[in-house]
Amino acid sequence: MTAQEKLIETIVSRYDGEVGMLISMMQDLQAESGYLPVDQLRRLAARLDMPVSRLYAVATFYASFRLAPKGQHEVTLCVGTVCYLKGAGRISQRIQEEFQVEAGGTTTDGLFTFQAVNCVGACAVAPVMIVDGKFHNGLTPESAADILRSLPAQQDAALGEDET
Amino acid sequence: MTVLSSERLGSPADLEGKRRQWRERSRSCTKRVRVCIGPGCLAKGSLALYELFNQAVAEAGADVQVEAKGVGCHGLCERGPIVIVEPGEIFYQRVEEPDVAEIFRETVVGGRVIERLLYEDPDTGAKARTAQDIPFYKAQMRIALGHSGLIDPTSIEDYIALEGYAALAKALAAMTPEQVLAQVERSGLRGRGGGGFPTARKWRSCRNAPGQPKYVICNGDEGDPGAFMDRAIMEGNPHAILEGMAIGAYAIGSSQGYIYVRNEYPISVERLKEAIQQAEQLGLLGQDILGTGFSFDIRINRGGGAFVCGESTALMASLEGRPGEPRAKYVHTVESGLRGKPTNLNNVETWANVPAVINRGGEWFASIGTETSKGTKVFSLVGKIENTGLVEVPMGITLRRIIEEIGGGIPGGKAFKAVQTGGPSGGCIPAEHLDTAVDFDELTKLGSMMGSGGMIVMDEDTCMVNVARYFLNFLHAESCGKCTPCREGLAQMLAILDRITHGEGRQGDVERLEELADLLEGTALCALGKTAANPVLSTIRYFRDEYDAHILQQRCPAKECRGLFRYEIDPEACKACGLCLKDCPVDAISGGKKVPHVIDQGKCTRCGTCLDKCPFGAVLKV
Repeated sequence: MTAQEKLIETIVSRYDGEVGMLISMMQDLQAESGYLPVDQLRRLAARLDMPVSRLYAVATFYASFRLAPKGQHEVTLCVGTVCYLKGAGRISQRIQEEFQVEAGGTTTDGLFTFQAVNCVGACAVAPVMIVDGKFHNGLTPESAADILRSLPAQQDAALGEDET
Repeated sequence: MTVLSSERLGSPADLEGKRRQWRERSRSCTKRVRVCIGPGCLAKGSLALYELFNQAVAEAGADVQVEAKGVGCHGLCERGPIVIVEPGEIFYQRVEEPDVAEIFRETVVGGRVIERLLYEDPDTGAKARTAQDIPFYKAQMRIALGHSGLIDPTSIEDYIALEGYAALAKALAAMTPEQVLAQVERSGLRGRGGGGFPTARKWRSCRNAPGQPKYVICNGDEGDPGAFMDRAIMEGNPHAILEGMAIGAYAIGSSQGYIYVRNEYPISVERLKEAIQQAEQLGLLGQDILGTGFSFDIRINRGGGAFVCGESTALMASLEGRPGEPRAKYVHTVESGLRGKPTNLNNVETWANVPAVINRGGEWFASIGTETSKGTKVFSLVGKIENTGLVEVPMGITLRRIIEEIGGGIPGGKAFKAVQTGGPSGGCIPAEHLDTAVDFDELTKLGSMMGSGGMIVMDEDTCMVNVARYFLNFLHAESCGKCTPCREGLAQMLAILDRITHGEGRQGDVERLEELADLLEGTALCALGKTAANPVLSTIRYFRDEYDAHILQQRCPAKECRGLFRYEIDPEACKACGLCLKDCPVDAISGGKKVPHVIDQGKCTRCGTCLDKCPFGAVLKV
């Protein structure tokens, strides 16, 4: 059994192969691989005896799934109501313009993946951006761009686990 | 995770025995430091404080008996990180890492209060020693948040020491399911997730529905942006949710429960998982609970980041491993829900209220609140407000008291404009209705709704048209696309609002919005679509003049919509420092040393960089 096959087996048995736990299985797969590789989705579909299209439907419906590898750093900007009221819209605009990256996309140099999410529940310290699990509070377009400009480019892609 | 010192509890008497034991043990340690690790404080780095206190405890040696505890949300997030020292309940706010050693030495060991870290009333300058001395807490009443802030959410022993699982034991050993239902009925408890449906009626319908097995679900998919009540409960008092669900399951006749937690809340998942494990270990979940023959299991599912999954049928589809698309509810989920079986779904806060209802009786719960809205409600009070945070208030309190007394009003001397309640499906309530009582029906009458409890305060700088556009944009992005009115109607409404906020609005746009809103309400498949127009309708109802200013004069009165106002430099305030000039991306600013700078309006793209850059506040929006 290859390492990839083994991973699918481990994940499926974690949920006793229950089809209702498909989303959790895909989340685990993404946590392990950083994204949902298509060959792994095929394996998972075969193992659960369902068409790949069903997994694809799930992967494209839910915002948290990713079908392409992520960048070296993970940047999550909250654009929930409170962050928006306090300027997150302008921060988002600034990031998209300066780093030429769309929400949900990765910079061309692969430095970071940029996600805009609706509320991380930290409204008290808005506007908030989370970089590799670390909270940055009370941001302005300027300070947010500063943080991203100072992100270190790493040689190998081995990133630490997400911290919260 | 706390290592449990105990075996399975075989009976309610066993539970009582343990409770006495753990309460004694807790009382034997008189000195305690409680560090808030709720959502707000955590984001401000309180975990590091907690670790430093633990280190201090370890270094202090055996002669100083102190316990450092990480606890759930205290509510006053604005002043976080919050640390409370026992005895005396000394309330320290905005604590930073260098303060830890001093707190330990002075207050914990020395019993002296550090004035500098106390809350200071911004108006009177009076210092508050305890939470009860702070105006923010005076009008509050905690039931659902209950022990959050008191107990270590990772310790079931802490929860049990404070009456935890007593309600479950009482229900299982001394009450029939019918009696449990009767108490919940008497309490008048209504669903806290938004709908406000009577909880007991839902439970009874599910109990009476034919078909086995029956399921109970806890909806922890707190999707409303600007709301973190459920997150605080899941992370601060997770056992209350499990206990409430077990009681509900007993009343309904279910043996399997699910908690659906949104993907953005990893800590909630962790806390709940741990809580479930602990409860199973003590025999408070699983087979033959407390030897009464009742069995109940709970499983956690994580959401995938889709707002629509807060809708009950979409949530159930997601639990079945499918895309979260709602279905029409000709047949209610209490009859045919998860996997086509009778399913009872309640929100986190609803479940967390249940143990208190059983412990203290439905009558007691019903004595709080208004005629039709009983008990308390948790709100996340956020936006342009002095005391940002989580508040729990008795139903019937006025919006004004929440905003002015508890919230401390609007910061920076700005004027209040509106409060948005009910999340993206709610509405904006203007100043003239601030004396309205917080009550399911009263808020609906104003064109808003109770919703799950987001309360977002807006000041004079907030453009109400843009707020409507923001919510519509959100709902448009989150619409699942299954039904045409929602998918296409929202796109059309958004296009109209887009052009209005860009100064390209046309005569009749407001009427077109109203027409589309009417269509959505009448024809959309689920609540997301049916209520999606509320933010638009309520802002038209109360702030029509702002729409008109955008459309007829291409002017944004709040000076928020780009292009509908100008930037100018106040020559009096300008210190000619050159910062704005240097950073202007289109070189629209001229001036020199000691020459006040001027913006060339022809070149200016209204990007706002100069406003951000100016250290003297000399750049004005006009």
